[in-house]
Amino acid sequence: MLEELERNLRAVRARAYVRVVGTFRELSWVAFEIAMPLLSVGAYVFLYRALGAPERYIGYVLLGGAMTAYWLNVLWSMASQFYWEKQSGQLEIFFITPVSRMSILAGMAAGGMFMSTARALGTLVLGSWLFGVQYRMEGIWAGLGIFLLTLAALYGLGMVGASLFMMYGREAWHTANLLQEPIYLLSGFYFPVRALPRWLAAAAGIIPITLGLDAIRQVVFPGAVDGLLDPGLEAALLAVSCAAYFVLAHAALRKLEDLAKREGRLTLRWQ
Amino acid sequence: MRLRAFRLAAWLGWQMESNWTDPWLFAVYSIIKPVSSALILVVMYYVVTGGQTQGDLFAGLYVGNAFFMYVGQLMFGMSWVVMEDREFFRTFKYMYLAAPSIYWYLTGRAVAKFLVTSLAVAVVLGFGTAFLDLPLALGAVRWGYLAAVLALGILACVAFGLLMAGIMVISARHGQGYAESFAGVLYLLCGVVFPLDVLPAPLQPVGRAIPFTYWIEGVRRALMGRGMSPSLAGVDDGAILAILLLSSLATLAVAVLFYAWMERIARDRGLIDQVTEH
Repeated sequence: MLEELERNLRAVRARAYVRVVGTFRELSWVAFEIAMPLLSVGAYVFLYRALGAPERYIGYVLLGGAMTAYWLNVLWSMASQFYWEKQSGQLEIFFITPVSRMSILAGMAAGGMFMSTARALGTLVLGSWLFGVQYRMEGIWAGLGIFLLTLAALYGLGMVGASLFMMYGREAWHTANLLQEPIYLLSGFYFPVRALPRWLAAAAGIIPITLGLDAIRQVVFPGAVDGLLDPGLEAALLAVSCAAYFVLAHAALRKLEDLAKREGRLTLRWQ
Repeated sequence: MRLRAFRLAAWLGWQMESNWTDPWLFAVYSIIKPVSSALILVVMYYVVTGGQTQGDLFAGLYVGNAFFMYVGQLMFGMSWVVMEDREFFRTFKYMYLAAPSIYWYLTGRAVAKFLVTSLAVAVVLGFGTAFLDLPLALGAVRWGYLAAVLALGILACVAFGLLMAGIMVISARHGQGYAESFAGVLYLLCGVVFPLDVLPAPLQPVGRAIPFTYWIEGVRRALMGRGMSPSLAGVDDGAILAILLLSSLATLAVAVLFYAWMERIARDRGLIDQVTEH
């Protein structure tokens, strides 16, 4: 039992290690991944300024822009990661190692969080300085707590996605591609999600970033009275969805691995 | 021979773009992304103005954003071909053996993106007219001017796509990031969703040196009868067209030379068939 636990923890560390080391190995990549969200943010900042929006909206946009690093990481490096592994012939190796698939996914998630945090922090610090964003300092710790809950739930969702995407070929790439702008819209990355119809905003709560962003904005930006729900309630919902996604990921992984084996899809490439 | 390569590359591009699913789902997929992207701006505008969409600024940013989709899609489409053929399907080297000109092959592969984006632009504009009070009337559109401006803008998109493809030829792994970052720079600098005059003063001359600034302004004038940027208000329609023509041709010439240079480096270093994976 202890030996098995240790082996699985080593698998988590090993899978995370690749991403931690990879984070700063290609520096041009770091620059692009910090610059890319900042450029979109820049365009939206100037739009808000042209419209004469309240100053806190600049902070909303910047925080949303920083959070795109996590969403993109979950889409391309968690959910569709098994697709990439299939393409490079690594999936078989993962599957014959004597550890739980959840450990491999947990390692991917831990490494992905580290990698995305490096990008998001760059965007946030640089953007705050460039656009003069003001924060409510007394809300920072609460914001950080909600942020960690958001990440746990988000990467749980990524694990569910990984099990679903294991079955697919090019569809996986296109699905990940499709889940960018529509989720930016539904989760209110660049505006308060309360601006959407109530039912739509509530449905978008399935994506943890929706509730996380809304709650963090309410606690860290002065004058933010345009939240969807009370931040405490949003944090509780995030904690529930975190547990639900981990349970769901475990079940989906077993089910879809079995299906993929029976249909001979695990080693299928370039289709 | 070159036209045949172009035609076959276009057919191949269309198959790769669309045959992963059924046509209905593909059509929905092609429309959801651009409509969502437009709706982000709509909601941002709504939130601040309290639901008004009648202003000139709204119409200008909506039309600018719709047509800018060509820039992102064609640039990404042409440059991603290098990464996809080389890294995933490992066929890029065969294109050098088979296609009479790699330029025609890359441009042909962008045709599918052009068609899909055209559908998306039409849907976004139709949606805006039907539901968001976008002041577009088919009878008021200056079709001749629109056709000329559109053709030159697409030429500029192809030129920028070729520039990005040149960078891809010598790059490892970073396909998506480079093209998207560059599109982000252009989105910011070309006055796509806000008047050029809102940019900080040092950045405005940079924006005025890029063909897309004139393209988007020309499209607005053709569709709505007026532009959005006060700083371009003194430039007449003919001058917009002339600047767009010259800057697009200049960009294309630079792109062809740049790609040839990058290709020479790739051949020297044995990068044409490199596999770096993700």
